[in-house]
Amino acid sequence: MRKTIILFTVMAIIYACGGDKKKAADFTDKTTKSGADYDPKRGLGKYTTESVKLGALDAAMAENGSKVQAVKCSSCHKLTEEKLVGPGWKGVTTRREAAWIMNFITNPDPMIDKDPVVQAQLELCLVRMPNQSLTDEDARNILEFMRKNDGAK
Amino acid sequence: MNKIKYCYILLLCFLLTTLLNCKPKNASTAASGDAEKAYVAPGKYDAFYNFVSGGFSGQMSVYGLPSGRLLRVIPVFSVDPEKSWGYSEETKPMLNTSHGFVPWDDLHHVQLSKTNGEYDGRWAFGNANNTPRVARIDLKTFRTAEIIELPNSAGNHSSPFITENTEYVVAGTRFSVPPDDANGDIPINTYKQNFKGTLSFISVGKADGKMDLSFQIQCPGVNFDLSRAGKGKSHGWFFFSCYNTEQANTLLEVNASQKDKDFIMAVNWKKAEEYLKAGKGRKQSVKYAHNTYSDATHSATSEIKTEVTVLDSKELADICYFIPCPKSPHGCDVDPTGEYIVGSGKLAALIPVFSFDKMIKAIADKAYDGNFDGIPVIKYEAALYGEVKKPGLGPLHTEFDAKGNAYTSFFVSSEVVKWNIKDLKVLDRVPTYYSVGHLCIPGGDSKTPYGKYLIAYNKITKDRYLPTGPELAQSAQLYDISGDKMQMILDFPTIGEPHYAQAAPADLIKNNGQLKIFKIAENKSIYKANGEAETKVVREGNKVHVYMTAIRSHFAPDNIEGIKFGDEVYFHVTNLEQDWDVPHGFSVKGANNAELLIMPGETSTLKWVPDRTGIFPMYCTDFCSALHQEMQGYVRVSPAGSSVPLSFSVGKNNPAAIPTPAPVAVPANK
Repeated sequence: MRKTIILFTVMAIIYACGGDKKKAADFTDKTTKSGADYDPKRGLGKYTTESVKLGALDAAMAENGSKVQAVKCSSCHKLTEEKLVGPGWKGVTTRREAAWIMNFITNPDPMIDKDPVVQAQLELCLVRMPNQSLTDEDARNILEFMRKNDGAK
Repeated sequence: MNKIKYCYILLLCFLLTTLLNCKPKNASTAASGDAEKAYVAPGKYDAFYNFVSGGFSGQMSVYGLPSGRLLRVIPVFSVDPEKSWGYSEETKPMLNTSHGFVPWDDLHHVQLSKTNGEYDGRWAFGNANNTPRVARIDLKTFRTAEIIELPNSAGNHSSPFITENTEYVVAGTRFSVPPDDANGDIPINTYKQNFKGTLSFISVGKADGKMDLSFQIQCPGVNFDLSRAGKGKSHGWFFFSCYNTEQANTLLEVNASQKDKDFIMAVNWKKAEEYLKAGKGRKQSVKYAHNTYSDATHSATSEIKTEVTVLDSKELADICYFIPCPKSPHGCDVDPTGEYIVGSGKLAALIPVFSFDKMIKAIADKAYDGNFDGIPVIKYEAALYGEVKKPGLGPLHTEFDAKGNAYTSFFVSSEVVKWNIKDLKVLDRVPTYYSVGHLCIPGGDSKTPYGKYLIAYNKITKDRYLPTGPELAQSAQLYDISGDKMQMILDFPTIGEPHYAQAAPADLIKNNGQLKIFKIAENKSIYKANGEAETKVVREGNKVHVYMTAIRSHFAPDNIEGIKFGDEVYFHVTNLEQDWDVPHGFSVKGANNAELLIMPGETSTLKWVPDRTGIFPMYCTDFCSALHQEMQGYVRVSPAGSSVPLSFSVGKNNPAAIPTPAPVAVPANK
């Protein structure tokens, strides 16, 4: 009989507050999903190791990348190792997979939320890297410019 | 016994849990059942955009419906220091007129652009009452894109009503005045001889929305109040309400309320177009401003135009006809079919409904009752479909649903009355709080109203909200009209004084190609700094141009020296951000101006004339990042004739150009 009472009480709680359940769900819609499936090497975005092909340095692409960098990146990133607003670019192509860089510069917000290394970096810089609306071509050219900056031939 | 006890415990448990777990629910559920219909959960979108005139604020506000949440105030005819509208060098030309820079106006009516008689989600138009102008707002940017002034006009009230494919925006003058090219230095009491009414037809570019004052029709001197275009079968016609057919020039309150009937003027604008083509118009020398804002150059230009073509309604037959309408008609509204024209005589105790078909037949039969100042007056009964008897006191405006019903506002009796167009029977009435003016039903002036809601815009709120001193807010009241009975579900204050408003489904606007950022590569401003490498400070005589960039979270340059007293400094700030919703602000101490609010990829200019020498801080005014409070810099102003060289930098300390303050003693043994 006690069991019945407990069961009934639980049911009554559920019944009594059923009306607000739906509204509570509205707030949970946008919570981030579990980070278990996050690949720290590739990051989050449309690029994969297979889709970002690296060859010998393409000087023309690097030159175009340099132009985009001057407008959209140079305010915050130096080409040396020195931190300005964000970390310096020197050595980034050796520290990071090409696909990770491509994903991060085109899809920064979700990666800032998930990537443990970026989150550690955010604690130092305190400014979330802005999404600079790079086109695929811009992003790839910037990667080429980063490689040139790191001495790729 | 045991069974009873068991049931008692069960009941107690149930009551307890109900009480414990359900603390007071949110306000919307607590208030009343109706309020839930206006509830939009946090983070959820509204179903409609509501574009509401700001009246004497001169602006247009945008609310979400059904929540009544204020989404944006679009600056149109009044300066707005918050958004640097009328303060930045780029926007100043938008408020230029033939009278010079006009920083304020009175925006009464909103019209959304139409294609085939339905909203197309491209532009909103608004009128300036005081210094007659019409503005076009681009609904991709929610910014004023164009403003055109109207010559021969005064009190641009029956404006900016549009035709069913947005061929024309029409503007009828409230005050009749002597034409601009006539001698206006005449006695006021020569109104009857010398004052004229003018209807302006502004064409709208199909692709780009660009406005052009196509022609004007000169009319007898009366007050033109409101207007609506015909639609469907009546497309090609326009209907204007006219009062003061007594042609009084003083104490209109009494003197313009003498006659039992004033007029609705029917205008055959297709016929007017024919006359225009045939060269029947008179070229009149006038002066009016036409201002356009370019999203490419991020700047406005103002052009003064000097000619308009005027058609004379008296000389050119078959353009204009008067239809008698009981006592000082205000609203003049055309139903979704285009057949019925509702005149709301604001001093009348009935609502006449005119039939377009009957009007056409009356014209063919010449069923006239003489003429007024050369314009034929159609016999009242010849154009009348019927009258709504005893609907209420002080009818003003009518909107329509998709079920053949009309909704009329009654100012004096503070109510909305629903009636059927076909049988003219009153179906329902609800009170408003208080003194309702305009009404809005989403799509309520189109061929296919969306219905669902009705919003009443009230002039007086008195005891509706917490008191705020002598000046109280005006308000909007939202009614659910999906059932037979109108049901009030929300009441919210508005900016300025709301007059007419229109509402469109959210999808129509939000999927119209909303602009999120200005692409920096497409920024054609001549003052753009394309990245920090291009930042510079350039002196041209006593003008100093600072080409500056802003990004989270610093300006470049942020140290500027070599400005001299007597200089005019122009800060041209380019926001290098390329992400949605990341504006930067800019202000400098002592600026007799405003702040700049610069959208991503945009360049804006603040003019600053320092009034003293010294160090002047500047900073970002829009919280942009965790380091926003670090987004600051200094400008040094030296006396006129100073030898401090012009210099600028970011991130480095220049060698000290002034002596260090405390002289250091040199040790003797060195």
